[in-house]
Amino acid sequence: MDILEVKGITKTFGGVTALDDVSVNIEENTLLGIIGPNGSGKTTFVNIVTGFVSPNKGSVLFKGKEMVGLSPYTITNKGIGRAFQMVRPFFHLPAFKNIIVPLSSPRVKASSGGAYGDKDAIALDILEEVGFERDSSVPYKAASVLPHGYLKRLELARLIALKSDIFILDELFSGLSIAEVMGIVPIIEKILSEGKTVIMVEHRLKELFRIADKVIVLNYGKKIKEGPPKEILEDEEVKRAYLGVEV
Amino acid sequence: MKENYRKERIARGIKARSDDIYALTSYKEMWYLLFPRLVPIVGIAIIAYFLPLYWKKVVITTCIFAMLSVSWDFLSSCGLLSLGQALFFGIGSYTAGSLNHYLHLPIYVTIPVATVVGGFISTMILLPVIRLRGIYFAMVTLILPLMLMRLVEATKMLGGTEGLTGLSPFPNTWVEITFILAAMWAALFGLRRLIASDYGLIFVSIRDNDRATMASGINIYAFKAQALFIGSSICAFCGAFMTHSYQFTGMPVFAMEFSILPIAASAIGGIGTLAGPLMGAFILVPLSELLREFGTLRIVFYGLILVICVVVLPEGIFHYLSRKYNEMERWARLE
Repeated sequence: MDILEVKGITKTFGGVTALDDVSVNIEENTLLGIIGPNGSGKTTFVNIVTGFVSPNKGSVLFKGKEMVGLSPYTITNKGIGRAFQMVRPFFHLPAFKNIIVPLSSPRVKASSGGAYGDKDAIALDILEEVGFERDSSVPYKAASVLPHGYLKRLELARLIALKSDIFILDELFSGLSIAEVMGIVPIIEKILSEGKTVIMVEHRLKELFRIADKVIVLNYGKKIKEGPPKEILEDEEVKRAYLGVEV
Repeated sequence: MKENYRKERIARGIKARSDDIYALTSYKEMWYLLFPRLVPIVGIAIIAYFLPLYWKKVVITTCIFAMLSVSWDFLSSCGLLSLGQALFFGIGSYTAGSLNHYLHLPIYVTIPVATVVGGFISTMILLPVIRLRGIYFAMVTLILPLMLMRLVEATKMLGGTEGLTGLSPFPNTWVEITFILAAMWAALFGLRRLIASDYGLIFVSIRDNDRATMASGINIYAFKAQALFIGSSICAFCGAFMTHSYQFTGMPVFAMEFSILPIAASAIGGIGTLAGPLMGAFILVPLSELLREFGTLRIVFYGLILVICVVVLPEGIFHYLSRKYNEMERWARLE
């Protein structure tokens, strides 16, 4: 069953067409990769699916229900979680308090039977899951002093706290070293093993292609190719658009 | 500077300050936490109860401005930059005044009703613009009290330019002072506790990053409305209190002074601490009274002191003091 159906999405900003009649279907419990050159409309796609931007045309069906027109927090509470490309922690709060915010959402309250439980303990558990050393001072440090790698993990931790059905990760790997990426990949695999669906917008193709089930390629707002990673790698049009290779 | 010595800073144990229960481990720890809270509470009480009547009135005015400042800081902690504390203050004042003047309700009814209703009306007025952020929200709050002031003048309603006079006074000064002191400390410590709770955390997260808060499944507009209600209720209380204290309400309650002084007090005291703005108000308002004998030059000295404070301690007095209180320095021999 397709958990998310995006049908004929078109979005223009002024005279620029950011997305032109893009349709994508995502099966439950798979990893979809979205790639494309800068300005090809990847982040706009994410913004539309998560409700931060409304499309001119088209519809987004999540579990068969229309999402276009709903507010971002309503969509989040329905189960589509989103990590930002530019890390957006709550800088004044300690790392574990950052996780208290999603833990206070109606979605988490409903899923735990109306009770929130000991939020501090749950937050620390989740942070440990994404690689914050529990017995160190790291989870208690203000988000403003954490290094970039931890902030990316914090974004991931927010979605885990929300128990999202779909994890949309907008360039999660950008700015991370190979070692850091290799540290995060197992977390994503674990999320998948729990039956979740993952959408990754990525520029780090090598790492993405290793874990993706399906990849779509955007160029100038149009979907130019869709298929398993192997096919994408060999496609001439993709090479031309994405890598700028003359064939 | 001593030779072969360096200054060593010792931070106090984190546990003593972070976890409530650890404060009870010894009298020393309890005293450590109580001392900075008791000094202002006792100090201000002594000043308020034992000074001559003129200075008692100054203390009352100061308390009112202190509460406006605390409320301003609370709203700014929630990402609501308000340039219109006078709006909330004025609405509270006119609500209490009208209830007393037209319906002849007693003082112990008008003040609580004006607090809640004033907060509610203020929230309703600003609800349509609650989606605006930063300076845009600030502009709306700046304009509204000026509009209401002219509205009262033009329509001559609620007493017009004359205002409503002869309202019920407090039974005596003692009651008045006790009431405002209790309300001020309740507002300060209540809000500090609120901000530190899991519920208050959401307000800080909205200020830090409203988009990420939405992506955490939080309805930020509902939370902003709640913050607005809490903040404006406090201001409405101040307005209602002032109305009965002066037995008058009129157009001056929408004056810019009530909007600007809380911001100045917060800047001097330290934004984001709630206690800082209170401290700032207790510096600025009495200072303004002390400088009266300089006549026209008063505003010059006042401005100079403001500028010096902001330049010398940009972080705010409260941030500075709390940092110094929580760390100790000693001379340690170089090895």
